[in-house]
Amino acid sequence: MEITKEKLLDFYNTMVTIRSFEEKAVELFAAGFLPGFVHLYLGEEAVATGVCANLTDKDFITSTHRGHGHMIAKGGKIDLMMAELFGKATGYCKGKGGSMHIADVGLGILGANGIVGAGQPIATGAAFACKYKQTGAVVVCFFGDGASNRGTFHESLNMASIFKLPVVFVCENNMYGISNNQKDHMNIGDISDRAAAYGIPGVTVDGNDVIAVHEAASEAIKRARNGDGPSIIECKTWRHRGHFEGDPSVYKDPREQESWLKKDPILNLEKRLGELKFASASDLDQIKAAAREKIDSAVEFAKKSPEPSPDDLLTDIYAS
Amino acid sequence: MKKMTYAEAERDGIRLEMLRDPNVYLAGEDVGIFGGCFGQTTGLFQEFGPQRVVDTPISETAIVGHAVGAAAAGLRPVVEIMFIDFMGVCMDEVLNQAAKMRYMFGGKAALPMVIRTPCGAGVGAAAQHSQSLEALFTHIPGIKVVMPSTPADAKGLMAGAIRDNNPVIYIEHKVLLGVQGDVPEGEYIVPLGKADIKRVGSDATIVAWSGMVPKALAAADILAKEGISAEVVDPRTLNPLDKDTLMNSVAKTGRLVIVHEATKTGGFAGEIAAIVADEGFDLLNAPIKRITAPDCPVPFSPILEKAFLPSEEKIVRAVKELF
Ligand SMILES: Cc1ncc(C[n+]2csc(CCOP(=O)(O)OP(=O)(O)O)c2C)c(N)n1
Ligand SMILES: [Mg+2]
Repeated sequence: MEITKEKLLDFYNTMVTIRSFEEKAVELFAAGFLPGFVHLYLGEEAVATGVCANLTDKDFITSTHRGHGHMIAKGGKIDLMMAELFGKATGYCKGKGGSMHIADVGLGILGANGIVGAGQPIATGAAFACKYKQTGAVVVCFFGDGASNRGTFHESLNMASIFKLPVVFVCENNMYGISNNQKDHMNIGDISDRAAAYGIPGVTVDGNDVIAVHEAASEAIKRARNGDGPSIIECKTWRHRGHFEGDPSVYKDPREQESWLKKDPILNLEKRLGELKFASASDLDQIKAAAREKIDSAVEFAKKSPEPSPDDLLTDIYAS
Repeated sequence: MKKMTYAEAERDGIRLEMLRDPNVYLAGEDVGIFGGCFGQTTGLFQEFGPQRVVDTPISETAIVGHAVGAAAAGLRPVVEIMFIDFMGVCMDEVLNQAAKMRYMFGGKAALPMVIRTPCGAGVGAAAQHSQSLEALFTHIPGIKVVMPSTPADAKGLMAGAIRDNNPVIYIEHKVLLGVQGDVPEGEYIVPLGKADIKRVGSDATIVAWSGMVPKALAAADILAKEGISAEVVDPRTLNPLDKDTLMNSVAKTGRLVIVHEATKTGGFAGEIAAIVADEGFDLLNAPIKRITAPDCPVPFSPILEKAFLPSEEKIVRAVKELF
């Protein structure tokens, strides 16, 4: 597939925006500004970026507890995200949801999720609606390696495959579910192998190569849009941080961590951009600086925003 | 006596049972090297090894379902569901399998199994990691439900739960896990179905369990300064419930406030109120009051979460209304 300079720089911009957002979250969490659990996407930026570049606003995604990257790549508004992390009234969920429940239904983002594996059937249902209403839209379900061991994985893939639903299951295989290496929790090396059980295509790609992710997703999404049903894309990647902020990751081999840091998806893309002479180092610095500026102003917005009022406790429970 | 946190005491309870009975084992997500999300199982993997401290995949259905099978086949599993909110994933295994197998088989099976799981708000973990769902389980005949409030009870009830020949849901409060207290050393068993009077008083009975006990005690302190002597009764086990201790206290005080962190409608306070109204109507000098969370999901923002939670001020106010 031809990949233009414009597209690659767009990927780069999205990836460094996600990175800056997450690096800021590290800092803010350490400084005590962010309550609750914060699961960061650092190191996995290429997956959400490469996949969502194939989607429009009318397409849906379901996200996970590690969802900031999905939000940003699907067009989520950074200031509203940041305000939600702070629990402010101006946040995406008016401070009711927090990091684990950010959503923008208008943009087709059916929410981060606190329940591992919960997105799989929800994505299946959204795809059912797309097919039913013949909207031409598709659904992408992001989920982790660990989530593929939930029963919902089997039930959703079976249902989506027999109904030929327009959904793409994107597994972010960062090798770990909290402290457990998947070597100990599945008898296969590639989660995409499970596609065979449902009679659907499954591919494994380098999840730290945004171009490879984009290409695989483009094909799967085209297939889904054409009415040919679901497929699995497994993206092998690595989370740079602990499971959540505050987890020292004692269960990880530091050498493994070091080797993966060298395969950082942003470094990979920078190398590629240089080889193709699409951008100079100073061009890239400019993009990064602009991303950081956006994040800083989102933090300003969040800090200045009002707290929710206790009077809002009992609103938003039922629709009228 | 030894100073221990609630989590350490609970772990001591598990450990001693594992030393005593080779059929007792622990299974769940990240209970091994990681030691549990709140450090509840730290060190057990190193001591007992991978056969008896089993890290499972993210498969709650199979975690609880496997415990049912293993218990039916002669083991005594202690399984962890990392947050009580995830019990939704394994509800069939609790509701239709664990709870009913013995009855459906005409008493020909026993399921000595414990499901350990943390409940409660207060750490900004939002709607899917903060609930208090005990009433869902007290509504299922065949399941026992325990909710310790102190480190000593955490240890003793763990031993009691593991030795019980029935499925027991052991609900630990995540805010209490780090709280320290005096804990008896060596074997220590709190039998299921025995309430504990956490503070003796004569003017009003406050029934509270789990994370609400410290708040009820703080409220009783405030009330004492204002000349009201409140008795704090901690049932410790919701099913079976120690009705005698409850009724004796109400007989003494004539006033009852029930406090729980769970939401109000369908909450277990309603059951206690119904029992007292039914069996002790004549003992009451005032209406029964319930202090609970409002009927909404647990919000994320610390300000909203604080407004959601019952507080000692709310308890104090409720008790005073009875005079
Ligand atoms: C049903 C359920 N079980 C357990 C958890 C606790 N938990 C949160 S994230 C996580 C690990 C998820 O691993 P994976 O799916 O690989 O995603 P990753 O965190 O690696 O992105 C676990 C066990 C949960 N939130 N929901
Ligand atoms: Mg993972």
